[in-house]
Amino acid sequence: MIPGPDDLIRVLPETIWCGFGVLLMLLQPFTRNRQVLTFFAILGTGLGTAATVFAGHPGGAAFGGLIEMDPFSVFFHLLVGVVAFLVVLAADPYLERERLESAEFYALVLFATAGMGVLASAQELLTAFIGLEMSSISSYVLAGYRRDSLKSSESAMKYFLLGSFATAFFLYGIALIYGVTGTTLLPRMGGVDPSSTLLKLGLALILIGLGFKVALAPFQIWTPDVYEGAPTPVTALFSAGPKAAAFALLLRIFATVPAATHFWFWAFWVLAVLTMFAGNLGALVQTNVKRLLAYSSIAHAGYILVAFAAVTYLAGDADSGAAPAYAAVLFYLVTYALVKLGAFTMVSQLGGAGEKHLGLEDYAGLGQRQPVAAAVLSLFLLSLLGLPVTAGFFGKFYIFKAAVGSHLIWLAVLMAINSVIGAYYYIRLIVVMYMREPSSAEATPAIVGFPLTVTLVLAITALGTVYFGLFPNRILDFVLQSNLLAR
Amino acid sequence: MHGSYLLSIVIFFPAAAGLALLFLRADDHLWIRRLALTISTVEFLFSLLLIPKVQVGVAGYQLEESAKWINVPPINYHLGLDGISLFLVILTTFLTAVSVLASWNSIHHRVKEFFIMLLMLEVGVVGVFLSLDLFLFFLFWEVMLIPMYFLIGIWGHERRIYAAVKFVLYTMAGSILMLVGIIWLHNLSSSIIPGGSFDLPVIQGMLQSGAIRLTGLEEMYLFLAFFVAFAIKVPLFPFHTWLPDAHVEAPTAGSVILAGVLLKMGTYGMIRFCLPLFPNAAHRAAPVVATLAVIGIVYGALVALVQPNLKKLVAYSSVSHLGFVVLGIFAFENISMQGAVFQMLAHGISTGALFLLVGMLYDRRHTFEISEYGGLATPMPKLAAFFLFVALSSLGLPMLNGFVGEFLILLGTYQAHWNWSAWAATGVILSACYLLWSYQRVFFGEVTIEKNRTLPDASAREKWILVAMTVIALWMGIGSPFFTRRFAASSQSVLDQMQRQFPQEAAAGARKQISAERLRLP
Repeated sequence: MIPGPDDLIRVLPETIWCGFGVLLMLLQPFTRNRQVLTFFAILGTGLGTAATVFAGHPGGAAFGGLIEMDPFSVFFHLLVGVVAFLVVLAADPYLERERLESAEFYALVLFATAGMGVLASAQELLTAFIGLEMSSISSYVLAGYRRDSLKSSESAMKYFLLGSFATAFFLYGIALIYGVTGTTLLPRMGGVDPSSTLLKLGLALILIGLGFKVALAPFQIWTPDVYEGAPTPVTALFSAGPKAAAFALLLRIFATVPAATHFWFWAFWVLAVLTMFAGNLGALVQTNVKRLLAYSSIAHAGYILVAFAAVTYLAGDADSGAAPAYAAVLFYLVTYALVKLGAFTMVSQLGGAGEKHLGLEDYAGLGQRQPVAAAVLSLFLLSLLGLPVTAGFFGKFYIFKAAVGSHLIWLAVLMAINSVIGAYYYIRLIVVMYMREPSSAEATPAIVGFPLTVTLVLAITALGTVYFGLFPNRILDFVLQSNLLAR
Repeated sequence: MHGSYLLSIVIFFPAAAGLALLFLRADDHLWIRRLALTISTVEFLFSLLLIPKVQVGVAGYQLEESAKWINVPPINYHLGLDGISLFLVILTTFLTAVSVLASWNSIHHRVKEFFIMLLMLEVGVVGVFLSLDLFLFFLFWEVMLIPMYFLIGIWGHERRIYAAVKFVLYTMAGSILMLVGIIWLHNLSSSIIPGGSFDLPVIQGMLQSGAIRLTGLEEMYLFLAFFVAFAIKVPLFPFHTWLPDAHVEAPTAGSVILAGVLLKMGTYGMIRFCLPLFPNAAHRAAPVVATLAVIGIVYGALVALVQPNLKKLVAYSSVSHLGFVVLGIFAFENISMQGAVFQMLAHGISTGALFLLVGMLYDRRHTFEISEYGGLATPMPKLAAFFLFVALSSLGLPMLNGFVGEFLILLGTYQAHWNWSAWAATGVILSACYLLWSYQRVFFGEVTIEKNRTLPDASAREKWILVAMTVIALWMGIGSPFFTRRFAASSQSVLDQMQRQFPQEAAAGARKQISAERLRLP
């Protein structure tokens, strides 16, 4: 089959991302000028993200139905694209500070983003697998990008070994589903008998594979170590991009394959509760800010699963009822990506050369040393906590609403309890910033400057956090529209 | 739109004007204080404008403002005022202005941030009292936490961080469950009108007309989701353990606002939400709630009696006094309801003044231990006189504010349940014991500690604060009808709303002790 122009235009974002990735690698032998490389990286991510609009207008299937450029995938392309754009924008000062090569870094980020894009639009399981591998393999390398740091190497090794297992599960799951349905194309799976054990097994294996990527308990053990060891901009990318893309695929699979059974409902119910508690209880005892945020992202994956449980519960009866639950997931992913990106960028900048200042004690007195930085970080923390007038609040609110709307009162109550546990550790960091003095003058980190690009990223994320906390409808209207077409 | 934006102005003026504080130099303490005082005074005057605008004898919401905010789910910016919230708003603005004045010399570091936090707190609290949209209410309720948390955590005393975190976690635990309850209500409403509603009058109408029918168990769950959040805030025994810590560690201004206004948000919530929305559950829970309230009254008073720490004593006296308010609300009598609202205001003034006085002593000696004082009437006769006056108003001396509230509560409660009233009355006696006994130990007798001999008496600034407080206490004691006739209609309508719904479920029984006659009001 020869791809036509429509096919090509619908993978335009991926093409641009990959193209610029290759271009950057080719450029590297010729120029040592960081600014040129950064410029091309920013251009690449920006163009690719902008191309999403062309690709999705009018949109439709491409490559014989392997991928589908519907509003749903436009949404996720935009999300991962913007995440990559912001990561690249803020990365140069970091790379310069840590004396790391920039070309490969940008190239890997671009490849990973292309993989996430494929993952978000895949309508066929093997295509999804390719997307997963593209993003995963780039991620493994990125995690170990600080070669001379032991922790970073450990992080890459752990991520690689465990991640390989997870992808193997995923692949095996595809094989089993193919065995039941005789196809790997998702839209053709509609008629399959949902009670088939083999189908359940296959879906379960896929769930494990993707559950690893989004850090669901009990597949979350790698998260703190990998997040801690990876260079912080990479951690920012991990916590926002691949997570969103993997959730996108998960949504797509569970929205098309007949999975609205009590079996999946309970599976998500149990996973949600486990994940929330694993994340929040783990975070309580952390003294390293990166680890703390890593555990918090586990907890947030658990909150998203609450909405999943609502989806699977609702999808059984009337179709219309599930729409708010889908919307809740999508909205949450946006707010979460925004906030986590901002928080990690801030942590990255405050970490100082060699990422030495990541302990809680290094944040003591930050409120007086760097009032603006402390205020912005507090804003992110309060959003993660889910306080009103921040985007995180509406994210949580819609999930609560989805859960209560499906009569999952107990799940909502458990989530409420978790929010309070979460409040403790987010507030603890604020306490340290504003209410504790540094133990000694020598131990106090020097005042950190904020380069223009980093400031820009922080301003975008902070303003976004407040803006969507006041006007959530700007996303929600779009989200409601895009998720309906996903079904 | 209803033409008037006065309520919005009253809510957001401190925030908008507070921005001006940001432009002052951080070390220009004097002008920061002056500006903060100006802002809070102007805000107080704005809130006074509300009094003539509120029609006496009208029960419904007045000066309503409504605007669309969020489409899905439909959340409206809906404000409104009735007799009950009117005075609570004025109390808030008044105590904020007083707190600014009281913090004049006691806050030395991060002065600018302190006053900004105080003004933000005011925004949150006033917003809570004026919101008529459940979602908006919740929003202000949560937003108010952060400034209070910083006020305790940054400018508090030794164990401030512990107290601040405890305060936030307790409140949040309650309020998150309330959020679940709010969403639950919204979901129920969406089966009646497409998209549902968060609007309090709309939901209330649906519940009263029977459009939404709750099963007994559902109603009880919903009632509890709201009630626990409010009970923690009040705080009702056994949810009170955060209060002594928060009070003792908070700076004086924080304590004044906390005791004066924040605790009332809990009792206000009970009147505004728990009773009209879930009348049957409220009736079923009433014996338990009243028992807890009585336990709180007696327990708070007994613990206050044995406190060696003066500020903790006042804190526990709040537990006791707020127990009266809860009792008055859950007696479901118009008189006791009026008494409860009055007591909310009276307690704000009396206990606010007590905290101010304790703070003034602390400014001089940097201790709250009663044993460190003694014989203070000799070096500071004026302060001693004010303290006595305030203590008497707090313990409920006739002609002063505390008496009116407690008397009405006891009277109203007696009509329905004489035994609740009898137990609660012991609290009145005990409050006289702990206040007068502590007064005696602090102010009477010989000066035992040499340092106390040279303590300065009340300064002009302190005198002005105290004069204002005592005049209001006296006025509330003598001119109580000025207040009661403005909120009588509102408190009556709360009970009417309960009653109207009551007969529907009357067949369900289980409420022998509250017969229909008892609900018919004088």
